[in-house]
Amino acid sequence: MKWVNWLKEKRVSRRDLLKISAVGTLMTGANAWNSMQAQTPAVAGAHPVSHSEDVFGVMGKVDYQQNGFDPNDILQDFDYGTVSQLENGQTLREYNIVAIDKEIEIAPGIFFPAWTYNGRVPGPTIRCTEGDLIRITFTNGGEHPHTIHFHGIHSAAMDGVPGAGDGMIHPGQTTVYEFSAAPYGCHLYHCHAIPLKRHIHKGLYGAFIIDPDPNRYTGEEQQIARTRHHESPENAEFNEMVMVMNGFDTNIDGGNEIYAVNSIGFCYQQDPIPVSKNQKQRLYLINVTEFDAINSFHLHANFFDYYDHGTTLTPTLKTVDTIMQCQGQRGILEFSFENFEDGMYMFHAHQSEFAELGWMGMFNVS
Amino acid sequence: MNANTESNNLDQMDFGSRQWMLLVLPLIILAVLIWMFVQLNPLQALIGAAPPVEELTIDRFSLSSDGIKAYVINGGPDPVTIAQVFVDEAYWNFSISPAAELPRLGRAIIDIPYPWVEGEAHEVVLVTNTGVTFDGAIDVALETPIPGADYWLMFAILGFYVGIVPVGLGLLWFPLLRRLGKKGINFILTLTVGLLVFLLADTALEAIEISEGLPEVFQAVPLIFFAGLLSFMALVAIGRQKETATSDVPRNKRLWLATSIAIGIGLHNLGEGMAIGAAVALGEAALGTFLVIGFTLHNLTEGIGIGAPVAKDRPGIARLLGLAVIAGGPAILGTWIGGFAFSPFWAVIFLAIGTGAILQVVYEVTRLLFESNENHQLFTWPNIAGLTLGLGIMYLTALLVKF
Repeated sequence: MKWVNWLKEKRVSRRDLLKISAVGTLMTGANAWNSMQAQTPAVAGAHPVSHSEDVFGVMGKVDYQQNGFDPNDILQDFDYGTVSQLENGQTLREYNIVAIDKEIEIAPGIFFPAWTYNGRVPGPTIRCTEGDLIRITFTNGGEHPHTIHFHGIHSAAMDGVPGAGDGMIHPGQTTVYEFSAAPYGCHLYHCHAIPLKRHIHKGLYGAFIIDPDPNRYTGEEQQIARTRHHESPENAEFNEMVMVMNGFDTNIDGGNEIYAVNSIGFCYQQDPIPVSKNQKQRLYLINVTEFDAINSFHLHANFFDYYDHGTTLTPTLKTVDTIMQCQGQRGILEFSFENFEDGMYMFHAHQSEFAELGWMGMFNVS
Repeated sequence: MNANTESNNLDQMDFGSRQWMLLVLPLIILAVLIWMFVQLNPLQALIGAAPPVEELTIDRFSLSSDGIKAYVINGGPDPVTIAQVFVDEAYWNFSISPAAELPRLGRAIIDIPYPWVEGEAHEVVLVTNTGVTFDGAIDVALETPIPGADYWLMFAILGFYVGIVPVGLGLLWFPLLRRLGKKGINFILTLTVGLLVFLLADTALEAIEISEGLPEVFQAVPLIFFAGLLSFMALVAIGRQKETATSDVPRNKRLWLATSIAIGIGLHNLGEGMAIGAAVALGEAALGTFLVIGFTLHNLTEGIGIGAPVAKDRPGIARLLGLAVIAGGPAILGTWIGGFAFSPFWAVIFLAIGTGAILQVVYEVTRLLFESNENHQLFTWPNIAGLTLGLGIMYLTALLVKF
């Protein structure tokens, strides 16, 4: 009864304790008991643990081999599809995507029963040029109905939502999504089967990058478009990376236990991303985190230009070190470590909670 | 002759193979049936891909300059593997011994070098390999006492104030008690019953309350009843034995009654001491002063209760002191146990034993009252008045220690 209440419930706040303690002191005056309390410096003066630097984060490493995908590879694993030319000169890119139920290790020792596109989370990074004809053959190899809904411009029948076109694709069934890639930018695709929240947070999403076609622009804009366009030589001026900000609700309580970019908590903390001082950096950043209204990206010791949605050739935000994205929002970050000292430069969500639950990493600049 | 021998043999049953068969056969059939059930697994269709049932309980925390130690027990049916640990929503390094996988009823100690903040609250969450989480709260972070001269003394003083002081002071009214007539003594005895009934409810409820924090597998609430019942019966049996041995000397009988009241109250105070020690160790020290004084007043009546049965006699000072130590001393022991090695399981057991002991005393004193009444009437107005007063005093003084 008496004491146990406080042991178990958090009803007595720190403030209450102080109040009660003050009452106690008043009641007893200067008696032996007070001096006893004063004599317990072991309690009052103890200094807690030294703030060691190597004690936070997870223990151990995820078995990427077993998972079938490596977040270090996902960074630059662009899937250009099977390319061919149509009679009208349009480029056709064909992709095969299969939904697969698969248990993945999302932090060392923690396994999550994921739903995946092609066995990985995030799914393959689809990359193309604006105006290309995209043809995606989608087969549902999972146990639940799924779809692929692309952020981009397409017909209603190709929207990949229940009630439009082929609607939800049932286990074992196949459908084809086809559309011309537009507009250029940093986009995403995800399952739109109902219930939506579960289908997304289980892992059915991926990056969808449409490069601007330099031939459609002139002057300075054309130069910029060339650096964005994966088939132009100027694209090599940039080191390009894809980061999909996501989270996993492992105990199904409507909140994430693991936050990450590219699924594995702390992966780029454990394996810092090597970055050259002599190359400009371009980061395609996409937020598919469920349960939390926004996620964010913060770069240490540096600033970047930001292209919201990637649908412009000039930055929508210049010289910032933190941006936030709501669910489904994405953009392109451009920065450089030219003339920087060698070393580890951190990046993470500036929601400290997300950071310490896995969404943090390092650039190893040299 | 022959027939006789044969039947004798059967009676004495040199257990033949036939008999062995009969004994073992049901067990063999049972084993076969269980094996078949496991093989056939008729529930498979229902279970499907259901994840294993996981049930971890954090028994307690201890905090030191090395960080946080969490004591964990697996109360579920399946083994559980602790994959990661986060504190205040930050994944943290940890070491776990003896192993990250806890078998059923297995225990582990998790060492987390987390820089806890004195006086603040922390939340420790264990993540298993299936992603299930189990959390434990540190309400007020304070360094956990490690047995040292300072703490032995501090806890002893707490126990002294909560146990020995009130009981001893209560006994100081002894000379007054002796002046009372038979009616007066009877009144004090009913008052004693009142306060004991209060303690009975209090101790039982406290046991049940702590038991809520224990893993289901321990079936703590039934355990409280059984432990209470057993201690009640054992003490009554011991009382009978003593009674028979000392039946010629009623004085000794009364002394035994006083002693058993002291034992019952002592066990109660052991539990109370444990709770206080644990509370102080778990960071409720700021409440200490106020509560210790509350308990001192609250327990004052206990001394009167112990003295009442022997009021007619003239026990020596040594004897009275002895009673005070039996009844109050365990509070010191309790604060040590609670402060240095609090275990919810043992706290529940001790409190349950205390419940049984108090019940025994209520029973014995009631019997004494019953026998001393010419008409063998228990529910007389004076008796009810005494009982009510006893309950009332305990209730009112308890207001000092409840929030």
